[in-house]
Parts: sequence; C-alpha cells; structure tokens
Amino acid sequence: MASPSTTVPAHDLAPEDLASVSHQTSVYVYEAPVRIWHWVNAAAIMVLCVSGYFIGSPPPSMQIGEAVQQFVFGYIRFAHFAAGMILTFGFLGRIYWAFFGNHHARQLFYVPFWRVEYWREVLFEVRWYLFLAKEPKKYVGHNPLAQLAMFFFFTLGVSFMIVTGLALYAEGAQEGSLTADLFGWVHGLIWNSQRLHTLHHLGMWWIVIFMMIHIYVAIREDIMSRQSIVSTMISGTRTFKDDRPD
Amino acid sequence: MSQIETFYEVMRRQGITRRSFMKYCSLTASALGLGPAFVPKIAHAMETKPRTPVIWVHGLECTCCSESFIRSAHPLAKDVVLSMISLDYDDTLMAAAGHQAEAALEDTIEKYRGNYILAVEGNPPLNEDGMFCIVGGKPFVEQLRHAAEGAKAIISWGACASYGCVQAASPNPTRATPVHKVITDKPIIKVPGCPPIAEVMTGVITYMLTFDRLPELDRQGRPAMFYGQRIHDKCYRRPHFDAGQFVEAWDDENARKGYCLYKMGCKGPTTYNACSTVRWNEGTSFPIQSGHGCIGCSEDGFWDQGSFYNRLTNINQFGVEANADKVGLTAAGVVGGAVAVHAAISALKRAQKKTQEKVEG
Repeated sequence: MASPSTTVPAHDLAPEDLASVSHQTSVYVYEAPVRIWHWVNAAAIMVLCVSGYFIGSPPPSMQIGEAVQQFVFGYIRFAHFAAGMILTFGFLGRIYWAFFGNHHARQLFYVPFWRVEYWREVLFEVRWYLFLAKEPKKYVGHNPLAQLAMFFFFTLGVSFMIVTGLALYAEGAQEGSLTADLFGWVHGLIWNSQRLHTLHHLGMWWIVIFMMIHIYVAIREDIMSRQSIVSTMISGTRTFKDDRPD
Repeated sequence: MSQIETFYEVMRRQGITRRSFMKYCSLTASALGLGPAFVPKIAHAMETKPRTPVIWVHGLECTCCSESFIRSAHPLAKDVVLSMISLDYDDTLMAAAGHQAEAALEDTIEKYRGNYILAVEGNPPLNEDGMFCIVGGKPFVEQLRHAAEGAKAIISWGACASYGCVQAASPNPTRATPVHKVITDKPIIKVPGCPPIAEVMTGVITYMLTFDRLPELDRQGRPAMFYGQRIHDKCYRRPHFDAGQFVEAWDDENARKGYCLYKMGCKGPTTYNACSTVRWNEGTSFPIQSGHGCIGCSEDGFWDQGSFYNRLTNINQFGVEANADKVGLTAAGVVGGAVAVHAAISALKRAQKKTQEKVEG
C-alpha cells in the first residue's frame, strides 16, 4: 500500500484512496448510442415478455362494456407489436452503430472463433466462474465468455425473435403488405403458423433466461471483478479497481 | 381431340338451359373473385374448349373430401363438375367397378396423355413397399405414380394429400406421405382441409378447367383466393377477441353470449381457410359459429400441434407432455436455482478471501 501522505486535505479521504485515484484511470467504452439502445432495448424486452405471455395465455375475460367499447386484448397486442417494432428498429440502429461506433460496439456481433488465444481466455473465464481461478482478468470491453454468451443468447436470440415475430405480424398485416413481402418466407419454411407461434414462445424463454444470467453476472462482476460493470452501462466509462496489468 | 365435347355441350346434354349456364358463369366468376368482365370469358371458354378429363384417385383417406365435394352448395356447379369428371375415373363415384374401372383408368391415361388433371384424395403410405394401401391388387403408390406420369397437373385434395393428415401423424407407422413428396415433377395444387369446403373444391376445379391453368398459389401451393387469409381475420367473433372477452369454460355465460373461443384452444388465428367467409352446407354455419373452436384441419401436421383445446402446443420432444411455458419455466427455474447457488458460493468465496486478507494483512 502507498505510504500515507502528509498533504491530504480532506478528512474523509483515506491516503490509499488518494494514491489510487492518482493512478487508476477509466476508459470510455460504451458510447451514448450504445447506452441508450441498451436501456430502450431492455424496456422493450420487458414489455414484449409480459404482453407476449398474455397473448399466449390471455388474462381473465373483462366485462367493461360491449365489445365495441372495449379493446383490452387489442391493447395488449398493440403493446406487443409497438415494443416489437421499437426492438426491431433499435436493433437495426445498433447494427448501424457497430459499423460507425468504436470497436467495442462491434463485440456483440461476432465471435473470433478462429483465434486460439480467444478460446484460451474463454477457458480462463470458465475457470473463474467455476471458482477455480483465484482472480479474474481485466477487460475493457466484454470478457471473452461474455462475448460468446452475448452472441448466442442475445444477438442470435433477438434476431430469431425479430424474424419470427415479424413473420407472425405479417399474418395480421396479410398478403401484399410490406411485412408479408419481407418475412412471409418464414411461413414457407415452417409451414404451420401454430408451430411458428410455439417457436416464438420458446424464444421468449430463451431471452428470459438470458436476462436472468445477464443481470446476475453484471451485478456479480460489478462486485467481484476488478472493474466496473453496471455503472459502465450508465456512464459509459469502465473504471478499474487496481493498477496491476492484465 | 376435336371429337371431345366442350363443357357447354356437356352441360346442355345434362338438360341445363342457356340461362342457367350464364348464371353458372357469373356465379363462378364471383366465387373466384374475378369481376363481371370475366363472365363472358368464362362462357366463351366453356363453349369452345374441349373439356378437360379428370382422374380422381383414392389413397389412404376417409372419403370425407368426396363427401364434401358432392355437397357443393350450388347444385349446378356440382352437377356440371361432377358429371364432367366422374365420366372418366373416380372409383368411389363411378358406375363401373373392378376390372372395368381399372380399364377405364388405363383408357383415360392413354387417350388423354398430357392433358388430364389428376385429383388425388388421400396419400400413399410408403412403408413395406406401399402395402398398407392396395388399389386393384397393387400398392396405391404405384397407381399414383402411373397416373401422375401423364397428368397435366395434380390436385391434392384435403389434408391427407396435401400434408398427410391423421395417418401421417406421429409416429406415422405406415409412413403415409403427402403427394408432393412422392410426385416431384408435376405442378401440384394443394386444397387442404379435413375435408376442404365444397365450394372451394368446385371453385378450384372450375378455375382449372375454365382457364386451363393453375390459380394463383401461395408459398405452400394452396390457391391464394381461398387460403390467403386466416379464419381469425374474417371471424365474426373477432370483436370479442380484441375486447378480451373469452369463453372460459364450455358451459359458461360467455359461451352462451358467443364470445371468442381463443382460450378454448381455437386455432382460427393460425389456420388459413375460407370457413369464416364461405362457411359450410350452403353457407349455413362453420365450427366457430356452432360454438366449437377451429381445430386447424387445413394446416400442415395439425394432429401434432397439441390439444385442440389449448392455444399452447404440447412439445413432446421433451419426453413428457409440456408446452412452451412449462419448458420455459422449468429452464428458467433451473437457471434461477443455478444462479442462486452460484451467488451463494460467490459470496462465501468473497468472505473467505476477505478474512484471509485480514489475516495476512
């Protein structure tokens, strides 16, 4: 530990704190579009999961008025479709930002499976999560295991949900609509709309499981790793808790 | 081919007046959604074209397609179309039987090679070399291949021919196979349903006979004019669906009020057919109108999409019956449990490390 300095002015500032602030730096990782997208996307997913669950298992019948005066299930479906569209266009915007943002914005969309070093690091992270490694490594962006999980759970999962979701939406929009022209081919693959509904429904649980792991790991790493996690998605900066390299 | 009668001649021979004939033409035009300009065209085609022979073969099936077909609401359409096709070969409807019937089939195939339409009701089972369905002493699949060879086009009647239906439902012991998976080199039009609506059947066949081409087909090869929309899109109970007013049990007040059958497992939102517009038995009713949900009989593999009385399909791949929610909740529960255990161990490890650091401190 750094030796106590005699020039500490603030009474609440411990000497070792001062020593560390003078060394430890933060890195700007997530640019504003990425952060805004993350939270909009998270809100959209919450709405989609709840409304989607209700579309599969509707709430009890309500007798507010005659059918013409009541639009309960219609609003649930509207919420689902609106949130779905926000998610879709948000995702497209996110893909755009992968090209024009910094290199961290690209991590979500690929897995460098051709690099041996990458897999070695994945293995290390697995060891860390199995409590076999004593100390985690420092990463500016996602750690390799997180990148892998993000890609398979989130990027592929959400892509699947967008494509199947728009294909289901095309059924209501009907033949000749833009969505039917763009996504009707999914029905040509699956052949039974009921089957497609089931796949889309399973996809929701895929995303729910992703959410559970994602939130748990983000909080755990925020506490136990050597860098900031949760606040990074708010401020955009990654701060480190120590000065040791790697 | 000049010796073959025209449609008009066949109709007149049946005692149909010119006036009735014109009525039939307008009815056909409107049924096919073609507009008044097409009435004289249909009439002209009927008057001048030699009629197209149709061979109607039966594989593994229950004859419900034929039963539906002969109940076509417009008697004229029925008489005309039926007389036009039964003249050639339909082992259920034709007068001839046995060797005579088989001879008639051979005769038509030879005489009209490349010009006849093959209508298939049912499907061929392929296991045990097709021995599960024998027609005239031979496996049906052989008759099908033989008859398809010289056909101009093939109509797959009903869910059996189109998708396989109940005999192809899991585990499909006879390996009943839809027609389009056996005959791959001919244009095939699917008219699914168990059975298809009579007017849809006569409409399709009239279109093909009149215009000498297939109607516009969708991605699955179904005529778009009848299978372009879901039951749900034109259901008269749809306002109750949007309002969130559902039948909760078969005998409840909501059922009496005619609320939406979605919660009772109605497959209307996932079924493409014309039931909610054309309806059945001269437009009398259709399943939802009589208080029972749609079972989705015109959809691929509808027997394997879980219960008729549940919106969520059972997924049997998991060994036990489970729907998407059960599978999802179980998986989420397992992951949640794992997360909790992992979090507990993490906390312990962290506490241990801290104590150690203090000791070493």
